[in-house]
Amino acid sequence: TIARDPLRIIILIAGAFFWLVSLLLSSLIWFIAVKASDPNDEPLQKGLLIFGVMFSVLLQEAFRFLYYKLLRKAIEGLVALSEDGCSPISIQQMAYVAGVGFGLMSGAFSMINLLADALGPGTVGIYGDSQLYFLTSAFMTMVLIFLHTFWGILFFHGCENRRWWEIAAVVVMHLAVSGSTFCNPLYVGSLVPSYMLMAIAATWAYLLSGGSAQNVRRFLLCKSCSVTGTWYLAGLVPSGLPGRSWVSAGGHRVVSVGG
Amino acid sequence: MTELSAHLPQFQHGQLTENFPDNHLSNTNDNSERRRHDNSERRRNDNPESEINGQPQNNIQQVVEQDEEEDEELTLKYGAKHVIMLFVPVTLCMVVVVATIKSVSFYTRKDGQLIYTPFTEETETVGQRALNSILNAAIMISVIIVMTILLVVLYKYRCYKVIHGWLIISSLLLLFFFSFIYLGEVFKTYNVAMDYITLALMIWNFGVVGMICIHWKGPLRLQQAYLIMISALMALVFIKYLPEWTAWLILAVISVYDLVAVLCPKGPLRMLVETAQERNETLFPALIYSSTMVWLVNMAEEDPEAQRKASKNSTYDKQALANQAQNEDAEADDGGFSREWQQQRDSRIGPIESTPESRAAVQALPSNSQTSEDPEERGVKLGLGDFIFYSVLVGKASATASGDWNTTLACFVAILIGLCLTLLLLAIFKKALPALPISITFGLVFYFATDNLVQPFMDQLAFHQFYI
Repeated sequence: TIARDPLRIIILIAGAFFWLVSLLLSSLIWFIAVKASDPNDEPLQKGLLIFGVMFSVLLQEAFRFLYYKLLRKAIEGLVALSEDGCSPISIQQMAYVAGVGFGLMSGAFSMINLLADALGPGTVGIYGDSQLYFLTSAFMTMVLIFLHTFWGILFFHGCENRRWWEIAAVVVMHLAVSGSTFCNPLYVGSLVPSYMLMAIAATWAYLLSGGSAQNVRRFLLCKSCSVTGTWYLAGLVPSGLPGRSWVSAGGHRVVSVGG
Repeated sequence: MTELSAHLPQFQHGQLTENFPDNHLSNTNDNSERRRHDNSERRRNDNPESEINGQPQNNIQQVVEQDEEEDEELTLKYGAKHVIMLFVPVTLCMVVVVATIKSVSFYTRKDGQLIYTPFTEETETVGQRALNSILNAAIMISVIIVMTILLVVLYKYRCYKVIHGWLIISSLLLLFFFSFIYLGEVFKTYNVAMDYITLALMIWNFGVVGMICIHWKGPLRLQQAYLIMISALMALVFIKYLPEWTAWLILAVISVYDLVAVLCPKGPLRMLVETAQERNETLFPALIYSSTMVWLVNMAEEDPEAQRKASKNSTYDKQALANQAQNEDAEADDGGFSREWQQQRDSRIGPIESTPESRAAVQALPSNSQTSEDPEERGVKLGLGDFIFYSVLVGKASATASGDWNTTLACFVAILIGLCLTLLLLAIFKKALPALPISITFGLVFYFATDNLVQPFMDQLAFHQFYI
């Protein structure tokens, strides 16, 4: 859904860049804190790490906000440049792509060294650590990537409509997910809540993007015409116009099929 | 909308180094040129050849002013597509370099240094090492400056044959010799047995097709592929033979030099650009990656779609294409990039039937315009030197970073964002811009930051399995 449109690819890479910058700044802070403290004090180091994680989460959300601001400006620019006065890409699509950008970068940074090591020889958990290390890392990364995507949608929607509680909810969710990983290797404590939060975020984002339970049902039941089902899922209903066109429930976004 | 687009050829700075055999290897550094971006620009009035398209002169004048405003919209509108057309080859080059570095250990083994970096970095003290690397970088940069000035002088005095010969020799060496070494090392890594006869056949074919594609005519994709491959080979040579600190210093200094050489009025590269613009030529195809071919476009009187000028670059043209803007082509955005690909296949076959009546008269022109000297490009050009240095940065990051893949990924994203920003600036300023400074700065910053700051953090997080 992203690779087809060059504008989306650019937004994706820029999103990844913003996440990277936030990570950089937060690790700078952590590094300074660590260097200024006693390296032999284990609990202190762990405490500093936890502090680093929390700070990083907050910084990520701050950068998400900054990215939102940048994309707002970009949309105005695109509208000014386009021929028919509307931007080639909507803020919702940008929200989705930005979320994916954040998620991909976060996932890549979490997983890729692990994957590289997994190619080499070794035994998992030989020193008494959990043997499920790779598996749980994979699942956790996956849930985080999805979450970032949904958070992107929620966050931008909240910023658009000035619903601060939505933004606060995203931040709290992020903190909760990161916090739940503190009980690793007790994986129940981290994976289960994260997946539940992901389900909540998924439905919320879906509803915000114009979907509804009706659409899901129609999508699942209407197996004969998958295209129709997809339009249903996307929140469009058949309009009365000739030529098989669809409008969204709110009246905007018309798609013409066939024609 | 009638669009007069004239090609302002942009030039790259050639870094040329002679072939000095040293005790390990004879290294020839190819002419890797710097990049100038070319955006499709309109030529104002100074080119009389613009009338070859058949448009009456007064029409052109009227249209010029109208085009002024629309041109800006167009360039920015097509901006995203241009960016992606440069993202893809840069990414491919980097991927090839990183893949090679990770798998073939030859390129990370220290086997001596180039003759251009005579001072060793295996010294006792840090100060000595710093001094040596500064001296190495200084020598390398002065070699590059001398070569650039030589190239500009040769170009100014129209010694085209010398430049051609130079380019041909370097690309010969690159295509045959370096790829032979590369192939040999890859076979060694994967323990593949290969006899010399097969190897000779493969290298011969690869090299000859490469020479033809790059210096003469060939399919666009093949030419692009070859340019990417030789950039990757060159970057691998640099990664192997440049010691650590020297490499980073060279990257930093080269981006400063690029900035200076392109933007200062007396800079050699700027002079090169201007000379080529005056002479209305395009620059050597062996040194620039272009995202689109030079293609023939026909002008029509009233065409709602973008109309382009018919032009051809006789010397360096790969393929002269007859490209008709199709009315029904809803994606004018493609600006002929994909379209001209299709046109490549049916270039002279059936132009007539797809064009509306109003252009029928203009179609008679192509035979004349074949000899026209106006190249028209609607694509972006990036110099091979930029490819090479981007890949050197990412390759070095993957070879010698403690953060390994994290650092590589960070540098990759940084370079792409730098490229994006540079293209944005190009769209705004519409003249030749150096591609190196922004990307290399971002890349260097991210490399050192990720390697020293982020890596310990991520390590600790991964150890405890915390997720941020």
